[in-house]
Amino acid sequence: MDLYEYQGRDVFEKHGLPVLAGGVAQTPQEARAIAERLGRVVVKAQVKVGGRGKAGGVKLADNSDEAFERANDILGMDIKGHTVHRVMLAETASIAEEYYFSYLLDRANRTFLCIASVAGGMDIEQVAVESPDKVAKIAIDAVQGVDEAKAREIVTAAQFPAEVADQVVDIAVKLWQTFVAEDATLVEVNPLAKTDAGRVLCLDAKVTLDENAGFRHADHEAMEDKSAVDPLEQAAKAKDLNYVKLDGEVGIIGNGAGLVMSTLDVVAYAGEAFGGVKPANFLDIGGGASAEVMANGLEIVLSDPAVKSVFVNVFGGITACDAVANGIINAFALLESKGETVNKPLVVRLDGNNAEAGRAILDGANNPLVERVDTMDGAAKRAAELAAGK
Amino acid sequence: MAIWLTKDSKVIVQGMTGSEGSKHTRRMLAAGTHIVGGVNPRKAGTEVEFDGTSVPVFGSVADAMAKTGADVTVIFVPPAFTKDAVLEAIDAGIGLAVVITEGVPVHDTAVFWAHAVATGNKTRIVGPNCPGIASPGASNAGIIPADIAGSGRIGLVSKSGTLTYQMMYELRDIGFSTAVGIGGDPIIGTTHIDALAAFQEDPETEAIVMIGEIGGDAEERAAEYIKAHVTKPVVGYIAGFTAPPGKTMGHAGAIISGSSGTAEAKKVALEAAGVKVGKTPSETARLMREIMG
Repeated sequence: MDLYEYQGRDVFEKHGLPVLAGGVAQTPQEARAIAERLGRVVVKAQVKVGGRGKAGGVKLADNSDEAFERANDILGMDIKGHTVHRVMLAETASIAEEYYFSYLLDRANRTFLCIASVAGGMDIEQVAVESPDKVAKIAIDAVQGVDEAKAREIVTAAQFPAEVADQVVDIAVKLWQTFVAEDATLVEVNPLAKTDAGRVLCLDAKVTLDENAGFRHADHEAMEDKSAVDPLEQAAKAKDLNYVKLDGEVGIIGNGAGLVMSTLDVVAYAGEAFGGVKPANFLDIGGGASAEVMANGLEIVLSDPAVKSVFVNVFGGITACDAVANGIINAFALLESKGETVNKPLVVRLDGNNAEAGRAILDGANNPLVERVDTMDGAAKRAAELAAGK
Repeated sequence: MAIWLTKDSKVIVQGMTGSEGSKHTRRMLAAGTHIVGGVNPRKAGTEVEFDGTSVPVFGSVADAMAKTGADVTVIFVPPAFTKDAVLEAIDAGIGLAVVITEGVPVHDTAVFWAHAVATGNKTRIVGPNCPGIASPGASNAGIIPADIAGSGRIGLVSKSGTLTYQMMYELRDIGFSTAVGIGGDPIIGTTHIDALAAFQEDPETEAIVMIGEIGGDAEERAAEYIKAHVTKPVVGYIAGFTAPPGKTMGHAGAIISGSSGTAEAKKVALEAAGVKVGKTPSETARLMREIMG
């Protein structure tokens, strides 16, 4: 889960990192009230996408009236497809130098990485390409972490100026503590700035949290911006379903993340022959495909108005296909008992454990909406065909 | 022969008394796995009955190893306790730890992996968030259904559980030396490369199927490895060509970040290394069938 800058700022402040005073506003009136407290402020669009400065999403305001005006300009703005619903207001600082500092997950080396540079303020990937000598990358051992000695090593490797070294060391240690304590997979400060007065401050905060660690962070769930999530994804999450909304017409239900990803691909290939029909969603119902899980899944997929047909693709590994078939049949009954009409065709492919028994159950149910096709490719083609209205 | 898991492997189960652990212990026993014990400090000294087989419960991995000679552990404990379970297995010096648990925080995986490295990689870690290892007809450590395919000449390594099952099913007439599910998390112990190296050395394996998916660059690095070190034929499949960037597709590691981790890049890299890459699982099976004649 990616946090907004204002949430990242709050997380940094909680862990003792030097940040500027700030607040978040959803209306120009709220922005004015915050600016009355802070004085001269910078008004920053809160969107989870880079390049907001260039898009006009970051403006200075000398007083609270100007803060009202700037917030009024920025709220509702579209930045690369993201609508601005909030602005952060923060104290201003006169900046002498801009640096870059981050900790992140290094998948390739199966550890963590520190990236630090004295050429901050811009896109670090671009700096790394243009002047690689200005970007220090230091592997961090997950067990040993970053203590003062390791922080000094980073500061030396990145060639931070001597007059800020002690401050950056302190920030490096505290930022590592933040990274670990919050179960983050990324903490990025860009810019890490030196003010004219010589103080080093975190002027931006980009934080990504590991959702697998949610069980030990009761406060993380509240940081999720539910309004920014697709309503179908939100409804699916409430039912513990692993669902991602896509923009096609064939609803997909399958078991296992890899098989479902593969199903999306196979449907998209098959759809090429039918005017570019595409998958409408990713939905992994996991191992135990009970009637209830299947009903929940079908309910979500069918409530997407873009869906014209549904492809249920199950390989029975541990799950027995007869149980899945019963799940599908019972799901229809369950949805109808809830007063929902099911009127979109389902193509079902069952293979693996007890496939024959499962297929017999589907045939026996004689539901005109359910069509059985026994290969993944054939079923994908039929689902695409039905979605194209053929 | 098979890789890493053979008929002589003596297997213990950490979390055997939990619901998932006991369900799969029963299945592993039915598949012929030589299960010599379970680990649960609160139930040490008791025995658990599985369809007529009595399995003793030990207080620690070290104790189980000392009393049974176990050399493999399969870990089913919940995510909150997985780190400690793996650290215990590493400290006991067991040869192979198969971590089935899904939803392990990546900081925990990073810590147990760093500990394994620091102590000389004496324990091979498979997973987490994986279906485990099956050497059909010999032993089964994890949740891969034992009856999909019998023993044969193909080695399989995969990030995905159900795609492993699908591929074993498609090629069940040829059969498998060993199928290894390495898991779909951002940090995993055993990689595609480790399995490729072992299959290359395994006299029973004639050809290799490698299944990858979006996210990270493990497949690209595997392609480099194949080019330099693998002489046996390799057929590949990558899932997620149509996955949008920035969205996690089920597996925690299955995410395209910016322009990196795409299925297309992985396919291109594998093909450059001489790997035949199928567009679908069935086409991939067909490519393998052509090789096996």
